[in-house]
Amino acid sequence: MNTIAIVDYGMGNLRSVSKAVEHVDSGANVTVTSDPAIIRTASRVIVPGQGAMPQCMRALSDHKLREVVLDAAENKPFLGICLGLQMLFEHSEEGNSDALGIFSGVVKKFISQSVNAGDQKLKIPHMGWNQVHQDMAHPLWENIPIDARFYFVHSYYVVTREPDIVAASTNYPTSFTCAIAKNNIFAVQFHPEKSQLAGLQLLSNFLKWTP
Amino acid sequence: MGLAKRIIPCLDVSNGRVVKGVNFVSLKDAGDPVEIARRYDEQGADELVFLDITASSDERDLILHIVEEVASQVFIPLTVGGGVRKVEDVRRLLNAGADKVSINTSAVLNPALIAESAERYGSQCIVIAVDARQGSNSIDGIKNWEVFTHGGRKPTGIDAIEWAKKMQLLGAGEIMLTSMDRDGTCAGFDLDLTHAISDAIDLPVIASGGAGNLDHLVDGILQGHADAVLAASIFHYGQYTIMQAKQHLSAHGIEVRL
Repeated sequence: MNTIAIVDYGMGNLRSVSKAVEHVDSGANVTVTSDPAIIRTASRVIVPGQGAMPQCMRALSDHKLREVVLDAAENKPFLGICLGLQMLFEHSEEGNSDALGIFSGVVKKFISQSVNAGDQKLKIPHMGWNQVHQDMAHPLWENIPIDARFYFVHSYYVVTREPDIVAASTNYPTSFTCAIAKNNIFAVQFHPEKSQLAGLQLLSNFLKWTP
Repeated sequence: MGLAKRIIPCLDVSNGRVVKGVNFVSLKDAGDPVEIARRYDEQGADELVFLDITASSDERDLILHIVEEVASQVFIPLTVGGGVRKVEDVRRLLNAGADKVSINTSAVLNPALIAESAERYGSQCIVIAVDARQGSNSIDGIKNWEVFTHGGRKPTGIDAIEWAKKMQLLGAGEIMLTSMDRDGTCAGFDLDLTHAISDAIDLPVIASGGAGNLDHLVDGILQGHADAVLAASIFHYGQYTIMQAKQHLSAHGIEVRL
């Protein structure tokens, strides 16, 4: 039985993630949960996340979810979305907060700046549909066109010191890492649950993935 | 290549039906919200905005059911606004499946609501709806615009540009800017207003109010510097499909999601 735990640590809208997963596999047993026991026994784990990093890390500890998330990241198909990607690194500029430190790297803020010869601004958050350039072949990219557009909404981005985990990159205004992959972990900055057909395909690929 | 400009159809919902106000007043029935949302999704809409303009508060929960139903069938971002007064209202809409909540009147009456909601749920889900009208006291030919609340009925004396800057500081994530002078006229966006706000803040700006043809959408982006364009009537009555609008933008060198 494909049981999918969507980790709920009290931040933002998790309903859209569960609805999208149910949509791609009506037979999947999807639970939005903050119960460590359910997450421990699930066959796959999704860690979504919106909002701010300091609150996110605090909520993980308050709900006693830190250990179980680390455990899932080591042992089973793991999909991180948005903050669920950022928290895998060592440190975030957002609220100067320490994160889980599974991967080497930091989370930085987009810098306010001019674009188009100076009269227009780089908009922060980076919000909307941008192209995802696949940097490695991976089962989660199956049937997703090169440079397909996914929906992004974020003000911070990941800078990793491990080039071999970069699974995709996006330009805003220069290239940044928008997906990473290693062993049983896949994590993305964009929102597959809000990225229409390309996003649903990625979720469907995750449900079938056997790392 | 990079970030695409967004095309966002807006659905004004009253008592569970999509309607479109002309100059914020007279209403014309335009259909079932779930059906319309699905049609726009198929046509390639980049996001959807639902504005609940239901007058009576007993019918308010109708919008939650609509959002729930749309969110289980349509997998693009949904913004919902209208009658949001408390952090609890934000929470209920997000839990129903909204990705962003737009706030207008209550942002003026209680700016702390913006800070509190952004801190709890993140800036990305707080959209400030700014209804602005050009002021008569333009100094030295420099135009100014005043913020209105209560569906465009109440003047506030607040300058729209200063207001947008303040909302950015309080933690808003996006500005949905409606020209009251242009809304319902089909004469095009107020490009000076859009340009002035967009270049004054870092937040993305959605241009709204006045789109009557596809060239207006192009102008909103190229001249108004809008990051997204919102329209209702040109799409509701089948004048243009979203895809036609995107192809038109693309033909003018604007990056879109095709």
